[in-house]
Amino acid sequence: MSDSPQPLLAVHGIEVIYNHVILVLKGVSLHVPEGGVVAILGGNGAGKTTTLRAISNLLKGERGNVTKGSIEFRGEKVHELSPSDLVKRGVVQVMEGRHCFGHLTVEENLLTGAYTRNDGRGAVAADLEKVYAYFPRLKTRRHSQAGYTSGGEQQMTAVGRALMAKPSMILLDEPSMGLAPQIVEEIFGIVKDLNEKEKVSFLLAEQNTMVALRYANFGYILENGRVVMEGTAKNLADNEDVKEFYLGISKAGRKSFRDVKHYRRRKRWLA
Amino acid sequence: MLYRENGQFKSTYREDQQLFPILQDRVFMLGLLVFAFGVVPFIASDYVFKAVLIPWLILALAAVGLNILVGYCGQISLGTAAFMAVGAYAAYNLFIRIPGLNFVAILFIAGFIAALVGMLFGIPSLRIKGLYLAVATLAAQFFMDWVFARVKWFTNYNPSGSVAPPAIDMLGWTVDAPVEKYLFVLAIVAVFSLAARNLTRSAIGRAWMATRDMDVAAEVIGIRPVHAKLTAFGVSSFFAGVAGALWGFVHLGAWEPLAFNINLSFNLLFMIIIGGMGSILGSFLGSAFIVLMPILLNQVLPALGGLFGIHVDTALVSHVELMVFGALIVFFLIAEPHGLARLWAIGKEKLRLWPFPH
Repeated sequence: MSDSPQPLLAVHGIEVIYNHVILVLKGVSLHVPEGGVVAILGGNGAGKTTTLRAISNLLKGERGNVTKGSIEFRGEKVHELSPSDLVKRGVVQVMEGRHCFGHLTVEENLLTGAYTRNDGRGAVAADLEKVYAYFPRLKTRRHSQAGYTSGGEQQMTAVGRALMAKPSMILLDEPSMGLAPQIVEEIFGIVKDLNEKEKVSFLLAEQNTMVALRYANFGYILENGRVVMEGTAKNLADNEDVKEFYLGISKAGRKSFRDVKHYRRRKRWLA
Repeated sequence: MLYRENGQFKSTYREDQQLFPILQDRVFMLGLLVFAFGVVPFIASDYVFKAVLIPWLILALAAVGLNILVGYCGQISLGTAAFMAVGAYAAYNLFIRIPGLNFVAILFIAGFIAALVGMLFGIPSLRIKGLYLAVATLAAQFFMDWVFARVKWFTNYNPSGSVAPPAIDMLGWTVDAPVEKYLFVLAIVAVFSLAARNLTRSAIGRAWMATRDMDVAAEVIGIRPVHAKLTAFGVSSFFAGVAGALWGFVHLGAWEPLAFNINLSFNLLFMIIIGGMGSILGSFLGSAFIVLMPILLNQVLPALGGLFGIHVDTALVSHVELMVFGALIVFFLIAEPHGLARLWAIGKEKLRLWPFPH
């Protein structure tokens, strides 16, 4: 992916330390090309969320710090900016666990997403209609309090709220968390749609490797704070290691735990 | 280099679960106690005992109590001074009405009475949380202020409304010299801190912390919120009551209801915020900060002014003292929002890893 002239977002070997003593990311590098959907995959505690938080500068609140490396957005170093400055530059994060404003209605939630814009009420209203066109479910619930909508609707509200900022890039953290498989498919479908029609780039952190690789076009696999594998989504999905470790499929088909003995592949990246 | 637990292998659960699992901590703690009991009585002056050490220790004990409630159980309280007052007046009444009762017994009974009152005023916590609870506990403060000023029985019908018990006398030992007072307070505070430290790592301590971190999850795994919150109020008020009795009998000697006004409650709350919520050590650090810093500034400022050839008069000192004190509180909270105890913990963690950064 490094062959493209200038990636939209480039992360160069960042190291993140929490609480001055705990090293979480040990040199993570990744690129998101203009108009790409890039997935960060990996198990719990691999550092996916930390990577996203480092990009959107949310680590301060968690007592974390980027101690090495740099993050560039359109060639400009951004890791000294505040999260709200980043939003103005077009990078919006949709946090894990949605975090809708519970006491505001769905529509008010969406409108707060347009807070940083100053291109007039008409443009905002037009975008609101556009969001409703992508998420028709939200239109039917527009006047209910976000706290009383279902998990799927809250995730849609969160993505829609991010869209209202007119971003060029959305960081999506665990969009599938706690949602029914159909809803997950629906949301990923909309993500793909937005990517193709609105030219929004996505960087998404996901546990659900299967779905993520189906919709993304490039993927990085994180383990223990390091990128252990990268490649196009198709290559990753066909990779034997990925199949074994993240998709639960081995060469001999699905693994049965009834077999007394089964041999695990060794993770090649472990020295 | 010095602070590293390499080579200290634990071969039994007992060893693994002891109060201070790291040898250096044990040695340090033991050294501190030996110093406090064996060396300080010979080197400190009467002024240091009366103005610094005794108030620091007693307020630290009250702060430990408040920390159990606020730091460990997550229930904000603005009524600590009221519970201290209950302890002090209970001790006074026990003292004059039951002659010959040992003062340690008086302390315990006064503590239990304070615990009962604390649990009574803790009942609203079952329904309200956070700042609203703070307002509800404020009721305790005003109510107790009123009771001890108006109900003459508590002050033994003393027309001035103040009480002045004689010096503590138990088993033939009259605790009246500052050194004796210091040793007596130190012994009580040491025992109670040890008890608090043990309590917070027991089942009840875990129940408190679970209630603090997420009350719904705590309830779902079977912790009764009524039980957890009321025991926290009880234990906290017990500590406050004992500290109140010591404050009245040992530090003040004679007092009126104003001695336990809302100012003291606020000061205690500031102590645990600056020292560190949910930390016994933090209670001591915070109380040291609040008690010692004004005295220190008072001494240092005129000297500092003299250094630059500026004459600093006492009025100016008291003004500058307040300003610097406020600025220091803000500075420490910005430097470490979780208090001095956390600063200490991070320092220890860094020492263990030294010379590696992480």
